[in-house]
Amino acid sequence: MIPIEYFVGLSIIMFVSGITGVLLRRNALVVFMSLELMFNAANLLFVTFAAYYQLLAGQLFVFFVMTVAAAEVAVGLALMVEIFKTKKSIDIDQMNSMKG
Amino acid sequence: MLTTGTIIFGVFALVVIASALGMLLSRNAIYAALFLVLNFATVAVLYLILGAPFIALVQITVYAGSIMVLFLFVIMLLGAEKLPAGEPLGHHRWIALLFGLVFLAELALFLVYRAGMRAAVNTPPLEFGSPAAVGMSLFQKYALPFEITGFILVVATVGAILLTRGEGFKGRKRTLEIQSQDK
Amino acid sequence: MDGYPLFSLVPWTVFLPVIGLLLNLLVGKRLGEKGIGLIASLASGLAFVVSVLLAIALKGHPEAVTIPLAEWITVGEFNLSWAFRVDTLSVTMMLIVTGVGTLIHLYATGYMHNDVRHNGDPERYRRFFVFFNLFIVAMLILVSADNYLMLFVGWEGVGLCSYLLIGFWFEKGADGIGNARAAKKAFIVNRIGDFGLLIAIFLLFWNFGTLEFDGIFAKAAQAAPALLLAITLFMLLGVTGKSAQLPLYVWLPDAMAGPTPVSALIHAATMVTAGVYLVARSSPLYIQAPAAQMTVAWVGALTALLAATIAIGQYDIKKVLAYSTISQLGFMVAAVGMGAFVAGMFHLATHAFFKALLFLAAGSVILGMEHGEEHAAQGHSPGSHELDPQDMRNMGGLQGRMRTTFWVYLVGALALAGIAPLAGFFSKDEILAAAFQQTPAIFVLLIISAFFTAFYMGRQLFLVFFGKARSAAAEHARENPAIITVPLIILAVLSVLGGALNLPGVYTLEHWLEKSLAHVPKVEFTAWVALLSLAVALAGLFLAWLVYSQRRMPFKDTDPLARYLGGLFTAVYNKWWVDELYQAVIVRPYRRLAEFLAQPVDVGLIDGIANGLGSVSRSIAEQLRRFENGYVRSYALTILVGVAVIMAFLLFR
Repeated sequence: MIPIEYFVGLSIIMFVSGITGVLLRRNALVVFMSLELMFNAANLLFVTFAAYYQLLAGQLFVFFVMTVAAAEVAVGLALMVEIFKTKKSIDIDQMNSMKG
Repeated sequence: MLTTGTIIFGVFALVVIASALGMLLSRNAIYAALFLVLNFATVAVLYLILGAPFIALVQITVYAGSIMVLFLFVIMLLGAEKLPAGEPLGHHRWIALLFGLVFLAELALFLVYRAGMRAAVNTPPLEFGSPAAVGMSLFQKYALPFEITGFILVVATVGAILLTRGEGFKGRKRTLEIQSQDK
Repeated sequence: MDGYPLFSLVPWTVFLPVIGLLLNLLVGKRLGEKGIGLIASLASGLAFVVSVLLAIALKGHPEAVTIPLAEWITVGEFNLSWAFRVDTLSVTMMLIVTGVGTLIHLYATGYMHNDVRHNGDPERYRRFFVFFNLFIVAMLILVSADNYLMLFVGWEGVGLCSYLLIGFWFEKGADGIGNARAAKKAFIVNRIGDFGLLIAIFLLFWNFGTLEFDGIFAKAAQAAPALLLAITLFMLLGVTGKSAQLPLYVWLPDAMAGPTPVSALIHAATMVTAGVYLVARSSPLYIQAPAAQMTVAWVGALTALLAATIAIGQYDIKKVLAYSTISQLGFMVAAVGMGAFVAGMFHLATHAFFKALLFLAAGSVILGMEHGEEHAAQGHSPGSHELDPQDMRNMGGLQGRMRTTFWVYLVGALALAGIAPLAGFFSKDEILAAAFQQTPAIFVLLIISAFFTAFYMGRQLFLVFFGKARSAAAEHARENPAIITVPLIILAVLSVLGGALNLPGVYTLEHWLEKSLAHVPKVEFTAWVALLSLAVALAGLFLAWLVYSQRRMPFKDTDPLARYLGGLFTAVYNKWWVDELYQAVIVRPYRRLAEFLAQPVDVGLIDGIANGLGSVSRSIAEQLRRFENGYVRSYALTILVGVAVIMAFLLFR
């Protein structure tokens, strides 16, 4: 018997923490982790509303998000390794070859 | 209105928030990753409260387990625990914090507007969200998305291997040569 | 159609020349000149045979028949098929086009043999006959069309062939571009006329919803008079372009830059008569618009007179014939304008005979002169090669050396002048009689033109064939082989007997054509009009003899007429300065306008706008590029700002 707003509020806090991490941290790996945190915030909402409406679809969607996130992490980390090889750093501010 | 449920929720919620902030604030990337593991594990407990045992276990095995191990592995491989301090973008930090707060305030406002409009979440019956129920649904109704997800995973694996394979790959070597010639 | 299988042959009039031109195009190189000429002439000749068969079929079944070949345009309700129309009018035209065309093809096989060598590029022999057959194709499409759009296809097709053939020696002529310029002039002036025809076709489609002849003519009587007037006047603009009438006649004299068979076939016998055919074909429309008819008649009569006066002052043997053609076309247009469609068509047919004859004979004279020039150059210095073989002042006394050419030329000239038993007499007399009955003013104009016609033809005869040779080339001129003279003799016979087509009292052509022409007024044979025109023609010839007999033109540079007429002759020699007038009134202001549009408007305004837009966006980009600082986190921040703003909007709207 927990009010639904509690879960939603928790999700909001997690999400904003993730955003702040993405914006403030320079370590590309930590930025990546912050993204995962944001995924989790969204997943939490899915599961919450799945329980609220008694619909299994919400949970299944979380399952798909997780698998796709796993794929994304695999590719993303591979990219990190590659970038590190050329830049000798994973400081995200070094990746500025798009400068206009 | 403090019930047992809310107290339990409150404890876990605090752990979630604390671990999130810890990840956010720790200078060392290893610590950040460990905080995130804690965070994921706690969220998995919340999933259990919400009647999603299958998802909770997947969260622990896939997220807190394999994905975070991958993170730690890469961190150690690259030796990228710490970055030299310094912020090249002077105003960026404060603008980011400001808008982060604005965004938080907006979402909070949204929550306040809608507060009390919905009933509380009841813990669903035991069979809801059980591995059996999830499996039935996954292999019947969602068979096609399931297959596509599998395909995406294969593609991602192949892509990751190709990206990191480096010198051993002939075609890649040639492109690298061309790049060095351009320089 | 059942029971008259001959009618379904009509597409072959077009297919045969198409086959001929494709054969020459694809395998002509291996065939040699004989093969090329044979194929081209055979294609045209077989088309003539088909036309004769069609004429025989029409004798038993005189009503118009439509032979659909293929669906062409289907847009919504609008349906247009590629269909051939077989009636007495179109078959008459087919007979003229293919008959005269075949003779000219035969002649051209011999003429072009010399011409390509004289101009130094024998490879173009094949190209000439491809174009020639293409012309026959386009002309037959024009005359056999069952709707205005198909007619327009043919109309443009003949214009294209005319352009290609005028510029056949495109690298020759004054300054090396004279011929190309003449071709361009013909094309552009014709475009102006075609524009008028196109507008007329648009109006027809817009108001009648169809383009088929029968459909339009059935509704013509109910149409608004102002509308019909507009349609017929726009059509007249097309006629003035194609048939070289005032004010668009200026291209035809320049078109003589083409080889002589081209001048004979396209610019005398067939293509330029397309305008006359168009008016005759559209007779149901013109009859409903008397004002337009009057305009047509006046345009024709004025052109006839103007061109006849200019012809007097020309020295180029082909230019004289060109202006004569314009003048005679003026006669035809005046005739169809007055509703005397049969007289117009009659004159069209006889004119095709004798003008083709005259042009071909002139070509024979030119060939003889070129031969004499080469012969003379062998013995003397090569510098005498500068001589113009078309200038009549260099000729003289050719009657002894080119006997056949002289006799056929004499026949043609007399026919054109309108001497009694020859073809031109009957057809011209019919036009004059019609004019006398309808509009005396036009009658006066035409009879004066007839006098001038006789005069300039007499002048030409005396300058070219009589007297003493005025150049070495003329002294050594020589008669041409049979391939050139035989078609001339056939055409001469036709020019003599052509009048039999529509003898007064018998009126074969009139009975033949009245099946397809609307409301043809009877033209009575008027004895004293005939006598008057004969007297005028004889007077003209006699006057020419007085002025140009041998004693009075001993040297090449003095025209005795100039002594009598003075300034007037200069004016005539300079073609009344019409070209210069057009240059000053139309071409130069147009150029100036174009220059104005090019310099201040295009470079200043248009380019200014374009460049201004460019520099504005450049400076904006110069400012915006600061946001592209390359820091991924900045981009993420931008996204967050955007999301926050949108959220705020959703919350507080």
